[in-house]
Amino acid sequence: MLHLDTLWFVILAILWVGFFVLEGFDFGVGALHMLVGKTEAERRVAVSTIGPWWDGNEVWLIVAGAGTFAAFPAWYATWFSALYLALLLVLAGLMARGVALEYITKRDDERWRRAWRWALTIGSLLVPLLLGVGLGDLLNGLPINSSHEFTGNFADLLTGYGLWTGVTLLGLCLLHGATFLKLRTSGAVRERAVALARPLGWAAIALVVGFVIWTRIVAGGNDVPEPVEILAIIAVIFAARLTATDHDGWAFTSSAIAIAASVGSIFIQLYPNVMVSSTNAAYNLTVHNAASGPYALKVMTIVTVIFFPIVLIYQGWSFHVFRGRLKEPAAEPEAPGAVAPAAPQA
Amino acid sequence: MTNDLARWQFATTSIYHFIFVPVTIGLAFLVAILQTAWYRNDKPEYRRLARFFGTLLIINVAVGVVTGLVQEFEFGMNWSAYSRFVGDVFGAPLAMEGLAAFFLESTFLGLWLFGWDRLPKGVHLACIWLVAIGSMLSAMFILAANSWMQHPVGYVLNSHGQPELNSISALFTNPTFLWGYVHVILASLVTGSLVMLAVSAWYLRKQREVELFRNSARLSVIVLLPVIVLQLFVGNKLGEIETKYQPMKIAAAEAQWENCKPCSFSAFQIGGGKNDKTPSQIIEIPHLLSVLATGEFNGAVEGLNQLQTEYEHKYGPGNYVPDVFIQYWSMRLMAYLGSLILLLALWGAWLLHRGALERSRWFLGISMWAVITPFIMNTAGWLLTENGRQPWIVQGLMKTVNANSPSVTSTDIWISLIAFVLIYIALGAADLVLMLHYARKGLDRDVGDVGGAGGEATLPAMSY
Repeated sequence: MLHLDTLWFVILAILWVGFFVLEGFDFGVGALHMLVGKTEAERRVAVSTIGPWWDGNEVWLIVAGAGTFAAFPAWYATWFSALYLALLLVLAGLMARGVALEYITKRDDERWRRAWRWALTIGSLLVPLLLGVGLGDLLNGLPINSSHEFTGNFADLLTGYGLWTGVTLLGLCLLHGATFLKLRTSGAVRERAVALARPLGWAAIALVVGFVIWTRIVAGGNDVPEPVEILAIIAVIFAARLTATDHDGWAFTSSAIAIAASVGSIFIQLYPNVMVSSTNAAYNLTVHNAASGPYALKVMTIVTVIFFPIVLIYQGWSFHVFRGRLKEPAAEPEAPGAVAPAAPQA
Repeated sequence: MTNDLARWQFATTSIYHFIFVPVTIGLAFLVAILQTAWYRNDKPEYRRLARFFGTLLIINVAVGVVTGLVQEFEFGMNWSAYSRFVGDVFGAPLAMEGLAAFFLESTFLGLWLFGWDRLPKGVHLACIWLVAIGSMLSAMFILAANSWMQHPVGYVLNSHGQPELNSISALFTNPTFLWGYVHVILASLVTGSLVMLAVSAWYLRKQREVELFRNSARLSVIVLLPVIVLQLFVGNKLGEIETKYQPMKIAAAEAQWENCKPCSFSAFQIGGGKNDKTPSQIIEIPHLLSVLATGEFNGAVEGLNQLQTEYEHKYGPGNYVPDVFIQYWSMRLMAYLGSLILLLALWGAWLLHRGALERSRWFLGISMWAVITPFIMNTAGWLLTENGRQPWIVQGLMKTVNANSPSVTSTDIWISLIAFVLIYIALGAADLVLMLHYARKGLDRDVGDVGGAGGEATLPAMSY
């Protein structure tokens, strides 16, 4: 029978995978929106592709964090305190881009818009990069002592494997954003997204292949890639190649699978550890020694079984409601009244 | 030092976060009412009002959401010893908040914002109600977690001496939670209605859009009056609960150093803090403290000195008295400002009754400035409740001084504290600029349902 601590490890892995698949394209769109949109109107179109959804997508991260706290308090405590300055930057990035998405067009002032557009761009680059470092470090190992306390400093977080994982996830988010823009826009914005997807695709292939090889080295022992790692490589190749075709939906699906398989492979490799100690393998945090008691896990499991399907239904419905390709902006770049009435006074 | 810095950071970020939370909860509810009115009577002014106040809502939600992220991360970042120790109990309501409330709020906010001309009217109305309900549910889970720190229930100590959850229902029937939660929701409604009243009053004084803003002014007064009456009652009841479970908190709030029976209420005093336990100036009201703290005319209240002796006996040597100055004045700020708001609400109701609300320049002028008071009261409330818990992080189980992250240095916290302060100043400034801009800009001409739903997707409302 599946133990609840293992089940919770799986649930958290699913939340991280879901977060990167969904918020991944939001990051990509945020980071690329000034490149795919040259005029103000085009940039609005680019950002509008994620408008109704990014906020709900971000909740996956919040639930992953809070779920770690509830199911594996020791993991949450060690991980979050170890990543202190990195998470400070993550928070700064999330704040910058979260507020930017709501505020950019709220004032008709070029300097205001430019400031928030840069906040959106930099935040969207920073967050997946640093979260990737944080995930890679789980597997690579950090200096952790016998009482599960991190004994290193900020420089110790920047492990080679952690950095490569971060850059890989960033690269995948950018590609994912490009395939998403290709799927949801038309005209010049779409053309630029396609043009960007080409170099991004090649880069993502190189990064994912390197990531799989490095994962093999870090994981030790077995040189044969896991099925999920092979899937990641195949999917990223498909995503890169399909961007040159008109199969927008398949290109996007491929980049989604590539990102899911890459994030998932970290967790598959990690189990039954949740956080490796580079000091001594005996100090590793595992699903067993970091987990909450059986009662707490049981309560959380029941709550998840009830609410998670409901969440999936209404989030799915929200995607359904706003599906479809966005039109090219009208020739007038600055004509707020010309388009459909604003969501409360844009 | 590290511990103090971590406390300063948590206090700063929490107080800041809670500027935006009650506006969100209160305004979401009021906007939902305005939109319901539009749904029922089909008068375009209600649609315009809902969209107008909806914009103010969104400006606040943006900052409220991202500062909430900081709160969730901070437990692990700054308080890892605490998180490790209590995660088994404390983590559960936080995770439930995400799953059962925050997903709801965020997803339907997106649907509401972009669904004006795309969703059927009734479905779109349901979206704003789900946002309002989601934000209230969210507060429920957070308050259940917080109340556990004030009055831990539903746990057993395991073989390592750590609390383990053994009854989730106990967390949600904790008396500190039940009264504290109602208190927070009412405070949010007070905040929301005072924000709505202030903006409406500004327009009415300028005689702009009078036909519209008389409606929102009326709504805010109608909500404010019963809510503030209830709030004074609930706040008092919460004080009684706390006297029972956290006697130090209330004794300190009354600067009551010695046992008393019956007890007079100190309405105003100078001195009486840590180093000069006898106040030099004091205005007292006989029996009132007995009534407030115990509900009985001649009820007894334990003094700080006696409690200190008891606690030393129970928990070992140490100082168990929270900062009396903060306790005393935060309690009074809340109670006195609350009473003034009650007077304002009564005045407003009387003017409404006479049909003179939009013409009373005095009332409108005062209402504009009254918008500051809920933020002072909210902050005072949290200072009272969190400072009054000290020196404990979890009452009776763990002291704050043992709760911070051992691996995080004071340099780390200086960096983050400065970073948060700078970011929060920037966000606050941007928020304020937009709030003032949109509050004064007036309402968009209602262009009607151009475009409409269905067909090929148009740009989903030029919100970006």
